[in-house]
Amino acid sequence: MKRKLVEIAHARSGDKGDRCDLGLFAPDAATYAVLKREVTPERLVRHFAGMASGPVELYPLDNLLALKIVLNGALSGGAARSLRSDNLGKCAAAALLRMEIELPPDFVIPAKAGIQNDA
Amino acid sequence: MVLKAIRIGAGLGFYGDAWRPVAASIERGGVQYIGSDHLAELTLAILQKDRMKDSAAGYTRDLVPMLTSLWPLAQPRGVKFLLNAGGLNPEGARDALVAEFNKRGWKAKIATVTGDALIERIDSLRAAGEPLDHLDTGASIDTVRSRLLFANAYLGAQPLVRALEAGADIVLTGRVADAALFLAPLIREFGWAADDWNRLAAGLTVGHLLECSGQGSGGNFNSYLENGWESVPDLGHIGYPIAEVSPDGTAIITKAPGTGGRVDFDTVRQQLLYEVHNPHAYFSPDVVLDMGTLKLDDLGGDRVRVSGATGRPRPDKLKIVAGYEDGWAGTATIGYSWPGAMRKARVTAAIIERQLAEQKLAYDEIHTEYLGYNSLLGDLADDSRIDELNEVYLKMSVHAKERRLAEAFPRQFPWLALSGPPTASGFSGIEPARQLLGLWPTLVRRDLVEPEVKVSLCETAA
Repeated sequence: MKRKLVEIAHARSGDKGDRCDLGLFAPDAATYAVLKREVTPERLVRHFAGMASGPVELYPLDNLLALKIVLNGALSGGAARSLRSDNLGKCAAAALLRMEIELPPDFVIPAKAGIQNDA
Repeated sequence: MVLKAIRIGAGLGFYGDAWRPVAASIERGGVQYIGSDHLAELTLAILQKDRMKDSAAGYTRDLVPMLTSLWPLAQPRGVKFLLNAGGLNPEGARDALVAEFNKRGWKAKIATVTGDALIERIDSLRAAGEPLDHLDTGASIDTVRSRLLFANAYLGAQPLVRALEAGADIVLTGRVADAALFLAPLIREFGWAADDWNRLAAGLTVGHLLECSGQGSGGNFNSYLENGWESVPDLGHIGYPIAEVSPDGTAIITKAPGTGGRVDFDTVRQQLLYEVHNPHAYFSPDVVLDMGTLKLDDLGGDRVRVSGATGRPRPDKLKIVAGYEDGWAGTATIGYSWPGAMRKARVTAAIIERQLAEQKLAYDEIHTEYLGYNSLLGDLADDSRIDELNEVYLKMSVHAKERRLAEAFPRQFPWLALSGPPTASGFSGIEPARQLLGLWPTLVRRDLVEPEVKVSLCETAA
């Protein structure tokens, strides 16, 4: 079953020069295993094709049930130079949460609040 | 000797942040130190613009009102401040603060840390063998040399430790690593050695968790799950994070009682990875941290224990962030309502582009956004309901090498009100052009910088 990341994980993003970096966080070990399997560098390159011109880096952190993602060449030359409204890349995490991934058939979607499922 | 834990509170997280929550940490949070980070990567560029208009400026102007408000709470409790509010002009910041304290008859010892500013030393650093190439692209600094406006090294915690040892109540710095503002009191109180890598790494972790004010205690908590952002209590009275640090570096992250926000596993780990590149090699001037061994234990009641930091020896080089003139931006915004809001905005953008070509106004870059549709998500916006939007604002920005050319841009818009597509409203007006600054990250040998770092102390109302 295909679902959006926003239903099973949370994320924050920020900037460093022309790089946008994101943390993606799983609520439990089962979800973390799904994230590690589904959120691959190849998927990220495709998902952020309209934003990142450089390579994508991915660092899994088992101790935090989290993935660290770095998008190179993603901020139009950096915050002080960029013409973009989101010059600091704060909304890239929201864009990540829209990524659709394949969940195992027996996966239980956690209870959610405050989000309309528009899938 | 048995050392007690010490409590450090977060000050501001950027230039313009609120200090009301800092008052709560001082009054009810039992803090002994406040570390206040006024400088994002972008901020030095803003301060440089100020300094070009007024040579006495160049520090963050929130410093004086903030300390005027907080000092009467801090002084009777013996709370000390470390602030990088000096920006590009720590001595100017000190002079302004000293003048205000003297006027009020307030007695304080104020230390200033200088030596991070390297703009006058670029050529001598290169003569000493430092190429100062761009850290990411490898480009030669010659490509921007004549346009450089500032260049500052990220200093570490040691000069701040010296300032505290000299008895400072308030330590004012320019560009230091954000976390150094928090690491310095720990080194000073616990006597951590300069090569005690694991403890320094623990202190760096604490600093990183506190340097973004409310982001460490439930602010900007980007979760839509159960216990997501809407369940964080009372953001309007958020308590900034406080770290209760033990001599071994283990810390409890918490906040003042009776404040809003939330400190739990989720809010703390969102901040832990914020603006981190490789989490196994998080660089600072004092130590390199591996976050892969950290352990977060949610103790409940807005308390999270952080332990297990691993450190590796500090780098031989310091990071510099330099800024150079990179042209001018001109911007205009104009709104359209339903029906067909997006269609009207798009047609307008096309008309403007054609007119620029007809007038031979050649811009280096034209950036078009539609507020209400894609200004925040860009190419990743969902276009499935694009035809039914209630309203859309067209925002167009251009980049030009010359100011005059950037200023000509918004003048292309006013005629649209009566002679363009229907329902044009909310034109932003003829806004002045904005100078753009490129940032140039690079590295420099620390032995070329650190001997020039100076700590000076002065006393007010003495």
